[in-house]
Amino acid sequence: MNPEELHYTQSHEWVRIEGDIGTIGITEHAQKELGEIVYLELPEVGHLYNADDEFGTVESVKAVSELFIPISGEIIEVNRAAVAEPGIVNDDPFGDGWLIKLKVTTDDDIRKLMSADQYAEYVEAEEKQK
Amino acid sequence: MSAPAEAAALKRTPLFSLHRELGAKLIDFGGWEMPVQYSGILEEHRAVRERAGIFDVSHMGELEVRGPGAEAALQRLTPNDVSRLADGRCHYSAFLTERGTFIDDLLVYRRGAGDFLVVVNASNRAKDFAWASSSIGGDAEVQDASDAWSLLALQGPLSGSILARAAGEDPTDLPYYGFRMMRVEGFPALVSRTGYTGEDGFEIYLAPDAAEPVMRALLEMGRAEGVLPCGLGARDTLRLEAKMALYGNDIDETVTPWEADLGWIVKMQKGDFVGRDALARQKAAGVTRKLAGFEMVDRGIARHGYAAAAPHGPGVVTSGTHSPTLKIPIGLALLPAADTAVGTEFETDIRGRAAKARVAPTPFYKRKKEATP
Repeated sequence: MNPEELHYTQSHEWVRIEGDIGTIGITEHAQKELGEIVYLELPEVGHLYNADDEFGTVESVKAVSELFIPISGEIIEVNRAAVAEPGIVNDDPFGDGWLIKLKVTTDDDIRKLMSADQYAEYVEAEEKQK
Repeated sequence: MSAPAEAAALKRTPLFSLHRELGAKLIDFGGWEMPVQYSGILEEHRAVRERAGIFDVSHMGELEVRGPGAEAALQRLTPNDVSRLADGRCHYSAFLTERGTFIDDLLVYRRGAGDFLVVVNASNRAKDFAWASSSIGGDAEVQDASDAWSLLALQGPLSGSILARAAGEDPTDLPYYGFRMMRVEGFPALVSRTGYTGEDGFEIYLAPDAAEPVMRALLEMGRAEGVLPCGLGARDTLRLEAKMALYGNDIDETVTPWEADLGWIVKMQKGDFVGRDALARQKAAGVTRKLAGFEMVDRGIARHGYAAAAPHGPGVVTSGTHSPTLKIPIGLALLPAADTAVGTEFETDIRGRAAKARVAPTPFYKRKKEATP
């Protein structure tokens, strides 16, 4: 269920790389854990981030979670549709529910991220610890 | 996202395995492993507002107060006027400290002369029992009967018709805050027309082994009408829309009934009770802070514990959530009394970001009463 072509973080974000553009969102597992998302706080276009920086928050009725950026770069687009209708992130976290796009500054960060298989194993291990 | 706390030695209600079967997400709630949601908080919330929902609230505590001096004892231990309770009636009240602040908020049921049931918050059960035992005096005794009771809350506009089918008698002739014994699915049950959602509804007190068959039967009877099992998540959004206080969030041992806008449970004329002197002094001196409802002007949800800055000084957000009915962020805050007029704007601190909020009329949601024919 985790798309093969994406890269994953331990904090349950994903990134899709197309040329020097990275698209970032949260995983199916993350949206399920959060429950119905009612509020997204996302950065302005032009903001610069280093990998692992906090770039926003996602709130469900019950809880707030910070979002961490998987790779360094400059924000070039924010998903306004998701900000207006955060339920999109629950419905389609890997598709229409993407959060931000950025211009990637270095390829180095990608190597530290997990593949779909590694991420699936990671989630399974995390579930067992509960 | 952070992992939940270690689930060591959590208490479970008799409905635990049914919650699992129904796909509940379970959390540690004051030492109890309770369902926070089944299908989703928003969907469960809507079910209660439009149809009906069933909650397991068996973690609540039940103290039985009995004896010839029971009424006099409760009259002294609680601020509301127990002498005005008829048999088969209950009312909202509190245990207060000598400072007039909340030890707990609770319901007092009068089952008969010298026979009362006091229903308290799960997290305060041990504290309440210890306090009531040491303060009760002669001619009455208090027992912690919590383990002998399970509690289901059936809430929402369809709850009366569903319960009527399960009980074989019409519960809607009960007045609001009235109760009587019935048989529900054949099991003896104390049924009161009470709740914590702002909707019409019933709370059904049962022996522990009756809880599961009764919950299954109610779910089955309401299935065609879209009745859902509901968790503590929806319970919180429902009570907040109805502006009902949550102990540990909005009220605690630092807050008095005057400050909590719960002055109506304090009957100063009835005679002495624990906390009365302090409440009289506070009233004479003037109440300097008050609990007020707010809605956000800026984006974001101001949650419990977030700081507030009002025109006349600092305050604190005591509850905050997304209102599923109004589809906006709402909350309660303790603010300087001079800043609690509807429309007053103040700032909240949302994780370091200043976000403007505005005092709003409460309750945020009020159910439409059925039109009288």
